[in-house]
Amino acid sequence: MLALIALFPLIGFAINGSWYAFFQAPQGRTKSGATIPGIIATTAIGLSFLVSLLLFFELKGLPADNRVLEQVVFNWMNIGGFSLDVAFRLDPLSSLFTLFVTGVATLIHLYSIGYMSHDATPGKFFSYLNLFSFAMLMLILGANLPIMFLGWEGVGLCSYLLIGYWYADMEKASAGKKAFIVNRVGDFGFLLAMFMIFEKFGTLDMSQLRVGVFALAEHGHQLAAADLGIITAICILLFVGAMGKSAQIPLYVWLPDAMAGPTPVSALIHAATMVTSGIYMVARLNFMYNLSPTALEVVAIIGGATAFFAATIAIAQKDIKKVLAYSTVSQLGYMFLGCGVGAYAAGVSHVITHAFFKALLFLGAGSVIHGMHEEQDITKMGGLRSKMPKTFLTFAAGWLAICGIPPFSGFFSKDEILWQAYASPHGSKILWALGAMTAVMTAFYMTRLFYLTFLGTPRFKEANGDDHGKSHGHDVHSENKHAGIAVHESPMVMVLPLQILGVLSIIGGFIAIPHMSWIEHWLDTVIPAHDPASLIAAPSMEWVLMSVSVVGAALGIFVGFKLYADLKKAEELKLRFAGLNKLLENKWYIDELYEATIVRPIHALSVGLWKGFDIAVIDRTVLGFGRVSQWSGQALRVIQTGSLQHYALVLLMGLIASVGYLLYGLA
Amino acid sequence: MAWLESHLLTATVFFPFAWGLIGLMIPSGNQDPKNAQNVTKYWTLIGTIITFLLSIMIFNRYQAGGPEFQMAETVPWLTVVGISYNVGLDGLSLWLVLLTTFLMPIAVLGSFAAIEIRRKEYYLFLLALETGMLGAFVALDIFLFYVFWEVMLIPMYFLIGIWGGKDRIYATMKFFLYTMVGSLLMLVAIFYISYQHKLQFGNYSMALVDLYRLQLTGGGFWAPQSLLFLAFGFAFAIKVPLFPLHTWLPDAHVQAPTAGSVILAAILLKMGGYGFMRFAFPLFPQGLAYHQNLFMILGAVAIIYGAWVAMVQPDIKKLVAYSSVSHMGYVILGLFSLNTVAATGAYYQMLNHGISTGALFLLVGIIYERRHTREISAFGGISKVMPLFAVAFMIITLSAVALPGTNGFVGEFLILLGSWKTSPLLTAVAALGVIFGAVYMLWMFQRVMFGPVTHKENEDLKDLNFREILVLVPLIIAVFGMGIFPNFVFDKLNPSIDRFIARSTVAVQVQTASTQGLLMAKGK
Repeated sequence: MLALIALFPLIGFAINGSWYAFFQAPQGRTKSGATIPGIIATTAIGLSFLVSLLLFFELKGLPADNRVLEQVVFNWMNIGGFSLDVAFRLDPLSSLFTLFVTGVATLIHLYSIGYMSHDATPGKFFSYLNLFSFAMLMLILGANLPIMFLGWEGVGLCSYLLIGYWYADMEKASAGKKAFIVNRVGDFGFLLAMFMIFEKFGTLDMSQLRVGVFALAEHGHQLAAADLGIITAICILLFVGAMGKSAQIPLYVWLPDAMAGPTPVSALIHAATMVTSGIYMVARLNFMYNLSPTALEVVAIIGGATAFFAATIAIAQKDIKKVLAYSTVSQLGYMFLGCGVGAYAAGVSHVITHAFFKALLFLGAGSVIHGMHEEQDITKMGGLRSKMPKTFLTFAAGWLAICGIPPFSGFFSKDEILWQAYASPHGSKILWALGAMTAVMTAFYMTRLFYLTFLGTPRFKEANGDDHGKSHGHDVHSENKHAGIAVHESPMVMVLPLQILGVLSIIGGFIAIPHMSWIEHWLDTVIPAHDPASLIAAPSMEWVLMSVSVVGAALGIFVGFKLYADLKKAEELKLRFAGLNKLLENKWYIDELYEATIVRPIHALSVGLWKGFDIAVIDRTVLGFGRVSQWSGQALRVIQTGSLQHYALVLLMGLIASVGYLLYGLA
Repeated sequence: MAWLESHLLTATVFFPFAWGLIGLMIPSGNQDPKNAQNVTKYWTLIGTIITFLLSIMIFNRYQAGGPEFQMAETVPWLTVVGISYNVGLDGLSLWLVLLTTFLMPIAVLGSFAAIEIRRKEYYLFLLALETGMLGAFVALDIFLFYVFWEVMLIPMYFLIGIWGGKDRIYATMKFFLYTMVGSLLMLVAIFYISYQHKLQFGNYSMALVDLYRLQLTGGGFWAPQSLLFLAFGFAFAIKVPLFPLHTWLPDAHVQAPTAGSVILAAILLKMGGYGFMRFAFPLFPQGLAYHQNLFMILGAVAIIYGAWVAMVQPDIKKLVAYSSVSHMGYVILGLFSLNTVAATGAYYQMLNHGISTGALFLLVGIIYERRHTREISAFGGISKVMPLFAVAFMIITLSAVALPGTNGFVGEFLILLGSWKTSPLLTAVAALGVIFGAVYMLWMFQRVMFGPVTHKENEDLKDLNFREILVLVPLIIAVFGMGIFPNFVFDKLNPSIDRFIARSTVAVQVQTASTQGLLMAKGK
């Protein structure tokens, strides 16, 4: 039963993939509707959602301390001293993740039917989406680290394939490659961590690992220094993996570029699901992180710093998807901040609420881009409220949710993280301040985005005729840029997922209300809750901090409204801080920095090794030997030139001599 | 049939060459010699398929839990010096035999369109090569191994020299020179140990089972164990090829015809790894212990060095050649880690490399036949014009970058998991190959396949035809099959790996003690 969750999308992948490979690819570039492959793929992932739901209830029916379902599918590798199963495990944490992943994925698959309706190879697109879902579910359900890693690299592959889906554009292809390679840097950490774990604990199964780790901690109250060192190293290496997949400093650079992919992909992979894998892993292995204060500190600091840093960049971006991308990086930072102060459940809550509102925002952005005929620059939008009323309404829900306005979903989960950052034994005022400032900035840049897109007056030339639906293909760029844009609301199949996600963004937060958090309670057996007594701040502070963050968010929104109501003034302000603006617009020049310090030196070194060592040293030496024998040959006038026969003869003589010596001389 | 039952290995080894000789007798047909040559290629294809079926029989007969060498045959040959015709098969042989017989029909089918001159000779050389390779994998007499080892060299020399590219003579000479130098040292070592056998047991012997009992002095660089290990190791390291003895490979690969490259990369290179496992390790465990660190370092360096140099190659074939240096570096690292997990991974990596690099050369061959160039810059946007080719190329690329689910992952993962126990530092260095491997493969893939079609000549390239699909599909199935069900291989491999490790580590304890003594002595 458990395997079915992952199996359905795999079947969907197989059907659509074969359809593409056998019928679409050979005939080449024949357009075919997205409807049939879309329905197949949506059904596949929808079935998986149903199974997840069923199993969730089955899990719920079990006694609280025994909520685990396991299934061993087959033995993957078995050699002396090492055995590995393809095994799945459903516990409260993975159940929660399967639910929201399959749920959100189903909605996004559905949405894609509309969004990709003009695509040339929808079979390929939907097979990739299904393959992604399969890999993501493997990642979540995997009972051991290698299976998790299989999913981990699998989602990376799909991310690569989907970012570069429109590969004819070299920039998009490059973005895909960049994503894959940067993720590989993270995977390097993941791999080393697995090797360390296997050497130390002799297992890669996560529940056995948990037993092993606890056994280590039980020997004394204190861990031995050596053990602590190993645990810290393992945790940090795993976190390197998480930095890659979940786009944290310094490995976040691929995520903004990943926006080159089709927008549903950005929503599904690069906002709602895949990028939260890192948080999932840290939460999953919380029993190890809890033992290492150093590792936790690293997670919290990187998370907090990323949250803040990415928010600064988001302020100055013009591309609607880029703003959302940096906002995703920033929100992921929040989640790690939560995990890093030991509040894993708060981090997980934010994963889920974020999945709702960020998927919503991306799909809304997609709807806008679709309606605007491939325009992504928010400075060229404006006044879409009346043109796209449904998109506007749902987007507004997402906007309020991410800003943290009560009672929208983002408020509860974000506030819990901020409170824990302040009050948890691992927390500090600095971490809290970082988070709170980020919250203000988030409210500001999201308001900027919202205002520039939907409010004010249109800053694009509108078309007179009402020809929507006819001339917008996604592979046909800027076809009617000059003719003006006939903005239109998106079709039902796209709007419905928006509405569902809109509702979830509004009410989704209630699962995570502090103190009566359903999520925290549900996760109790996987993630032991903090002892309230261990908090280092008075409970009354919680209300103070909550008020501060609400006021902060309101302030951000207010400033945003004030500023962008008068665009001229906003321009002036921009000019006044031209230097800073340029710095932010160019993302602190981090890409350029990496290019100059890592990419180019390695490239130059490689060329140097090839021409300067391979050819100049090794080859010359070898050929030198050849020449020596050639000269000696000429000196002996046995054979005139260095032909092969010559060498062969010399070698043969040597051979006979040595054989003769060995046989005759020695015997 | 009864004869076949009792001489299955011999039959399988010599069948291809015999089949090829018979093929020579097919009348050329005075009227239309071209047609007759066409018959040769089908004849060869059938022959290689029959060989594959014979190897399936071997596979079925082989019992994992049975005696070490099965289906053995011994015929006295040059008894004076202890040489006999002695063949037999264990798990280490089995899978390389299967790899060979599996890839040969594919290589032959892949040559159908590419080879236009002197077809009869070409296919005869291929078949002779197959006999040489199979013989080397089942030889249990060390001299017999040497004979087959040299026999392989000749057809390969001609395959490159006659049907190769522009600089084929230079390439084939370099190939020949390198390999000959290596094998000469090995030959001297072979006679030395046979002589040692006479000293210790009273008679010359080249039989492996006899030689395994030899007691050779170890300890120190100038000790026989160490020198003998180096003599063998040098020959095998050239074949692998291990950095810095690899420079023959890029030239040989670039100049060789497609099938030549496929066989060279997929099977001949494995001869090096196999040689280490069959001869150098178990015969000279103390020598091995003495040189273990050096080779592990070279292996780790090869991984990174090969990846970096591969990254900047302008020629696709050269890129793939350097990627072989990188991938075979993993094999060396795994073998010299000397534990079961790493050794199994290393062996598996050899098979993987055979499949995925073989497939890569076939893929390069396919576009070379259409465009007559291998320059990466001559392509771009091929995905659009050859969508099926793109799918196949992508799958093989993923196998080369060791994505979990493909065969490559199983090998690399086990190697690194095992080598971590022996040397965490070198493993960490080697694991960087995971990153750079993705860099050079994906960058090449992007430049060849993605972007707009920039060259007019590429605009109407034909996608894969039926024959090419037939060539690639078995490899793609192998990529996933071996990635998902590696136990299919492990089941018939594990006992042999265990024996290999036991033999190769038996003297290590003794050795470590004496090395320590040596180090201490040096310290003074």
